[in-house]
Amino acid sequence: MTTTTPSKVAGAADYLDQRTSIGTVVKNFARKVFPDHWSFLLGEIALYSFVVLLISGFFLTMFFVPSMGLTTYHGPVASMDGQLMSEAFASTLRLSFEVRGGLLMRQVHHWAALLFMAAIVTHMMRVFFTGAFRKPRELNWLIGCLLMILGLAGGFTGYSLPDDVLSGNGLRITDGVVKAIPVIGSYMSYFVFGGEFPGEDIIPRLFSLHVMVVPALILSFVGLHLLFVVLHKHTQYPGGGRTNTNVVGFPLFPVYVAKAGGFFFVVFGVLVLMGGTMAINNVWNYGPYDPSPVSAGAQPDWYMLFLEGSLRLMPGQAEIVIAGYTLSLNVLIPAMIIPGLLFTFLFVYPFVEAKVTGDKREHHVLDRPRNVPVRTGLGVAFLTAFIVLAVAGSNDLVATHFHMSLNAITWILRILLFVGPVIAFWITKRICLSLQRKDRELVLHGHETGKIVRFANGEYIEVHRPLNEQERWLRVNYDAHRPLEIEPAEDSRGVRRKSYKQDRRWQKLSRFFYEDRVEPVRPSELHEVQGHGELEGGPVAAELNS
Amino acid sequence: MSELNKNASNDIVASHGDKFTDPGIPAHKERMSDKDPAAAKRAEHQSAFLFTLSIIGTITAVVVYFAIRPEGTVTSVRNANLALGIAIAFALLGIGLGAIHWAKALMSDHEVIDERHPIVSSDEDRAGAIEALEAGVKDANIGRRTVLKGSAVTALGLFPLTIAVPLVSSVGNDWDVSKFRHTLWEKGKRLTTDPAGRPVKASEITVGSVVHIIPEVSEEERASHAWISEKAKAVVLLVRLDPKDLKETEERKSWSYDGIVAYSKICTHVGCPVALYEQQTHHLLCPCHQSTFDVADGAKVVFGPAKRALPQLPITVDDEGYLIAQDDFNEPIGPSYWERLK
Amino acid sequence: MKALAARRHHRFTPVVIVMFALLVVGGIYAAFAPSSAQADTATNQDIQEGEKLFLANCATCHGANAEGSDIYPSLIGVGAAAVDFQVGTGRMPMQASGPQAPAKPAQMNETQTKQLSAYVASLGPGPSIPSAEQVDPEKGDIANGAAIFRTNCAMCHNAVGAGGALSEGKFAPSLWETTPTHLYEAMLTGPQSMPVFNDGTLTSEEKRDVIAFVVDQREGSAGGLSLGSLGPVSEGVWVWIVGMGALIGAAVWIGAKSS
Repeated sequence: MTTTTPSKVAGAADYLDQRTSIGTVVKNFARKVFPDHWSFLLGEIALYSFVVLLISGFFLTMFFVPSMGLTTYHGPVASMDGQLMSEAFASTLRLSFEVRGGLLMRQVHHWAALLFMAAIVTHMMRVFFTGAFRKPRELNWLIGCLLMILGLAGGFTGYSLPDDVLSGNGLRITDGVVKAIPVIGSYMSYFVFGGEFPGEDIIPRLFSLHVMVVPALILSFVGLHLLFVVLHKHTQYPGGGRTNTNVVGFPLFPVYVAKAGGFFFVVFGVLVLMGGTMAINNVWNYGPYDPSPVSAGAQPDWYMLFLEGSLRLMPGQAEIVIAGYTLSLNVLIPAMIIPGLLFTFLFVYPFVEAKVTGDKREHHVLDRPRNVPVRTGLGVAFLTAFIVLAVAGSNDLVATHFHMSLNAITWILRILLFVGPVIAFWITKRICLSLQRKDRELVLHGHETGKIVRFANGEYIEVHRPLNEQERWLRVNYDAHRPLEIEPAEDSRGVRRKSYKQDRRWQKLSRFFYEDRVEPVRPSELHEVQGHGELEGGPVAAELNS
Repeated sequence: MSELNKNASNDIVASHGDKFTDPGIPAHKERMSDKDPAAAKRAEHQSAFLFTLSIIGTITAVVVYFAIRPEGTVTSVRNANLALGIAIAFALLGIGLGAIHWAKALMSDHEVIDERHPIVSSDEDRAGAIEALEAGVKDANIGRRTVLKGSAVTALGLFPLTIAVPLVSSVGNDWDVSKFRHTLWEKGKRLTTDPAGRPVKASEITVGSVVHIIPEVSEEERASHAWISEKAKAVVLLVRLDPKDLKETEERKSWSYDGIVAYSKICTHVGCPVALYEQQTHHLLCPCHQSTFDVADGAKVVFGPAKRALPQLPITVDDEGYLIAQDDFNEPIGPSYWERLK
Repeated sequence: MKALAARRHHRFTPVVIVMFALLVVGGIYAAFAPSSAQADTATNQDIQEGEKLFLANCATCHGANAEGSDIYPSLIGVGAAAVDFQVGTGRMPMQASGPQAPAKPAQMNETQTKQLSAYVASLGPGPSIPSAEQVDPEKGDIANGAAIFRTNCAMCHNAVGAGGALSEGKFAPSLWETTPTHLYEAMLTGPQSMPVFNDGTLTSEEKRDVIAFVVDQREGSAGGLSLGSLGPVSEGVWVWIVGMGALIGAAVWIGAKSS
């Protein structure tokens, strides 16, 4: 290293600082601590997929023509030669077959979109099951939910752009759903398509949403999301020395710059590998959009399958006519009410849980999912409903791959949609409670050692090795919340409280959450058990060793 | 609210005396690379190797880009895509894995502790904020000037109309939603095959045949954009059944021709083309949501999310034996909408 | 015209009309029926051998005279093409009753299939086995085939012929292993659930175009591994398995303490 280099760097830094006060920023952020855990990287997968989407998407906009103008294709794709198609479809063929690296970028873009949603969902699962949405992070949870919906919007608007038969039928379904909206349905359809379906406007409209509005919104909310992460400092898993008033981990610079920066390249690398080896959405298989054809396996991308499944499961009888006006409940219920319920659950859950817990403290140490059995159960029930709907959206493929009747699968899933979440909730809650009891058992009695000892009086016992401090701390350091207690119906002067009824309702819900619980072991309990002496270091073992 | 909160937290306080104490951060374990300089050197070499792999990947990617030209055939495009993808993946994964390995094996792995502070602002700051706002209100004298306040709010509320009105009025084109009710079919219009546009003779259709039908229009018209929107409503599925399998109501007896029936191909659920015809059961299945219609029985729904039967196109033959429409559909085709029956 | 009107009541008129009608029907049939190139090669001996095979393997269901029953179809007039398809792809003889007869390794060899076809063809006129030229994918127009396939075939057999589900356990099979001749025969005769695409609704050339397109799809996908060409569902499954799988693996490695 020459002596000039550092002075040059220092000179540049000085120049910058005099104009930006970047020194303060660097001082505050360079050594900011982030806790280390693999599950904290799930959100990063989503973030990095988004960056890959921006990079590959930019590449694609250089060659894509968002027009529904008709053109006759002549080019290397034999099955499309001489066919009349939209400019959008023709340019998709050109950028895939004639622009070198274009096909790779298209496939990377589409894989990244699927991965983006998969990572968002997994990240949300982590946040939900560990209770990371609790105060002070409720607002950030809402932003996250919004990002998920924006992700769906981004995926949906992009999926339709190539103007192929598959996505065109997706748009047609959208048109059908929009028309089902009471009173204004047909006008909404005109609003979306600029006249009758499919019209000539939908591709340019989707394009401007897809490349401008949606990414700008995602980008702003991602910024806000990360700002909150910095403000709140990251949550951490429970363990020795990890408290509500500290954060234990590694400094941003250099460890996280290397790890998180490196992870970006890993995510990008895996996506390029997928784009290079695995075909995705090869639109020339489907052909240019034409309202007549449709292909078997007509499905949306995976994150929309729950909607598709919801539409498939709904029996048609629900369509009714009131005073001559048609109310298509067979479309409205599955396409609007069911997703509405699912999203509402996500949006309101943190507030409901805070209310029934009666808890206003800040939480920076995560819950182990087993220690909050009802939340974990509800989360699994939600996922079960989501998965049942997604499977319903793939029921034709399930039928062909498992040699089952399509109609039988539909009926099974119709029932499972209602029964499945209840069973999943009950089983999960039971498993959580059992795991908690197992924890108590371990704390009180230690690990089994396999050593059997016979007493002089002929009694056999197995020697247990007590847990070390760290192991024990992990298992005893949690709050077993209790149901809310409310004030009596009448206050001390015998006046009936107005809010009593409402309080009662909350109390009922609180009981549902916290009636069944396993309390953590207290030192006095452990002390009592140790008196029995089956633990190593206790009287028995001492006798044995002597 | 406050009465709801006197529970768990009290409990925890009550049992505070009987709680385990935090054992603190576990002892730091030294890594191989901390203990053994040779291991550290090895890790350094591994990272450097990964970075080198990335460099090779990048160079290969550039070489591949120029060297492997896809010639338009499926195989050549696939090979070019594969080679480029793998080379770029090496370039990226090399950097990523190298950096992470460096961080894991060679950067300090002593855990650091940062203090957290409550997110809430200090009482002092809060008081300051309120003071600042109050001062502002006082400066502007907002509390008193109600007319001013009202007019400002109204102006702000109204101005978006300047953008919304032109947008909304143009965005739906002519807003003439009655177009849903009509298709290109009319008396005497010939039924032609989709996509070739060949007129169909009744005699050409055997029992068990299915023909996808579009109305007869000129070749030029079929190359126009308006045609796509019209086709979206006009597509028809023509099926010939053994007349003794066909259940027809009295009024529709004249709508079919010698066992040949024509139904709209647009699903009454959400508008997918219903096209999976099972010759033996006479069932027509929609591949999108699996609504199943019985072609032998007025295309009524036998399974799935659709409620209404598919609209039937009344057909007959002309002098030359070609199939023609008797009229347009007698009801709007496709998915239901609010004023459909009006 | 007057003369014609007078003769309309002639006692031979019905006979003449019937003769004329038969001639027209025969003419139309001759015009539209596929040329029976194979028919010449079927000898009487073939038909006799075919009858023996029929009685041994088929008559239980289809009846000794191929007249069929309530459940099993009559084979009179189905033609050689139907037999060649059903027997040649192993669908017939059927092994067990089910929603439909699936393809399986053919039970009869080529000669036996030919003899059986010849016998059934001798029972009544029906579509015959197409010639090699009629099914030559090299001679077909892939782009036209693709357009026809999209409108007429893709809804059941998937956009590139990977197959798909029908109702009640039935399914449209994958077309990737099917020979051009069998593809042609399937279109011509409409086996099982499949509708008939006779030469009136789909000309012989158009059928060949479809064959050219289907055969072209066997080259695989331009993008890489085709993942079964099943569309977004399989892509979704793979993004979870490969994408999320690999990246969660990487995340666990990043989060784990170095040894």
